[in-house]
Amino acid sequence: MDDLYRELIIDHYKNPQYRGHLDPNDIQFEDDNPLCGDHIEITLRVDGDGRVTEGRFDGRGCAISQASADLLIESIVGKPIEEVKKLSKQDVLDLLGIELGPVRLKCALLSLKVLKAGVYGLGEASDELVE
Amino acid sequence: MTLSLDVPKIRADFPILRREVRPGVPLVYLDSTATTQKPTVVIEAMDAFYRNNNANIHRGVHTLAEESTAMYEQARAAVAKFVNSPGVEQIIFTRNATESINLVAYSWGRANLKAGDRIVLTEMEHHSNLIPWQILAAERNVELDFIPVTDDGLLDLDAYRSLLEWTPKLVAFSGMSNVLGTINPVAEIVRLAHQAGALTLVDGAQLVPHQPVDVQALDVDFLAFSAHKMLGPSGIGALYGKAELLETMPPFMGGGEMIKTVHLRSFTPNDLPHKFEAGTPAIAEAVGFGAAIAYLTEVGMEAVAAHEQELIAYTLERLEEIPNVKVFGPSAEKKGGVAAFTLDGIHPHDAAQILDRYGIAVRAGHHCAQPLHQKFGIPATTRASFYIYNVKEEVDKLVDGIYEVKKVFG
Repeated sequence: MDDLYRELIIDHYKNPQYRGHLDPNDIQFEDDNPLCGDHIEITLRVDGDGRVTEGRFDGRGCAISQASADLLIESIVGKPIEEVKKLSKQDVLDLLGIELGPVRLKCALLSLKVLKAGVYGLGEASDELVE
Repeated sequence: MTLSLDVPKIRADFPILRREVRPGVPLVYLDSTATTQKPTVVIEAMDAFYRNNNANIHRGVHTLAEESTAMYEQARAAVAKFVNSPGVEQIIFTRNATESINLVAYSWGRANLKAGDRIVLTEMEHHSNLIPWQILAAERNVELDFIPVTDDGLLDLDAYRSLLEWTPKLVAFSGMSNVLGTINPVAEIVRLAHQAGALTLVDGAQLVPHQPVDVQALDVDFLAFSAHKMLGPSGIGALYGKAELLETMPPFMGGGEMIKTVHLRSFTPNDLPHKFEAGTPAIAEAVGFGAAIAYLTEVGMEAVAAHEQELIAYTLERLEEIPNVKVFGPSAEKKGGVAAFTLDGIHPHDAAQILDRYGIAVRAGHHCAQPLHQKFGIPATTRASFYIYNVKEEVDKLVDGIYEVKKVFG
């Protein structure tokens, strides 16, 4: 239980390394979780080889949603887009290093949902993207 | 007559209050606005019903069926007496306050409203007293108007008077806000509505559990409430309506029990209240509802209201001590036992989750009142709410817990 607010998460929440907005960018997507008002926007730059060269997130919400966005961007910079497309729920949970109940899971997975809708070039984000 | 509750004695009646959330961490239950805990008498009444009396009601002639029917109808009589309904048949059992409001929207609304008619609601409504009217409005081209909420969480009655100049057909409003805690001036709102020729529906989901409610004194046309917010089980609620209205309203749902005679292509509806109770109802839950009402009657609703007043006044005082805490809603004397607040820079989900470490159960979110939160420009609040079993020591634990939350994010 106490793990939920372990240092790593609080640190990424309070001192995010990847908060911001890239302009110009190659990929941009945003979505929110209406239940709690969490909002995440992700912008990425991708090079000619299809590799993420830079990434930023912006938004507001609980520590879990914001920290997971920061950790997620950190984990994909330098990776090929094809690899980003394969990211799953478990990858995010591994980044956070915690167990989450169903309500907080939505907070943790919002950034992955936004990221995948963006890299797939979808019009809207759906929960199927993060199963 | 004393107005103070014997809270230690009351607490002993609620077995769940003895549990530990985790070993060594006792439960501090501050989420009664969502649902209240149940006293032993309610749990045992339902258990005893299933062990001794259980049968379907109203048509059977065997002993168990007669006993079950009598118990179900006794519960209805208890509910009627509790809100001072002039007739027992004016109490319709539903699933909850939400279904009660939907019953009025579907039955009365569709029979009586036409394009261009207006309904007045308020900005502080729970979704249960908003969506049924939105659905009706879309279907019938009915216009919805909203009494604004002031910055200090009260209804703007001057604006209400202006809205009444458009001669609405119905004014539907919450008796007590589940977020702000505001206790609205029900009698005044009803009187003004009637002067303008409008009927009134009070969402009493929070009001009825927290203070004495007399439908005749308030002169309200419809009153909706839920058992589970007043010590009873979930799955049962009630609608009170004025007899002349209920009698002329068409049935809401079709099925068994709501009919008098049935042919292949037609039916004659049953008399009140059965006309609105299609299918086998929640019988054991009705018995539990009756037991909850007996318990509250014994405690005394004046004393319930006074106890909550004392707790909320203390809570607001303690919360105000904490830097960067903002409590929403009016001052203590204008509200019931609900304190919704924000902590600067800390999301309510995080606050609630950390409070749970200390066994403190509070709610985080928009509490089914999204438009109200939009009005105040916040996505969510943390809400602590109280009932007859809560004590000041629990408020102190909440305050200590909030300091712990601030420490985590410090």
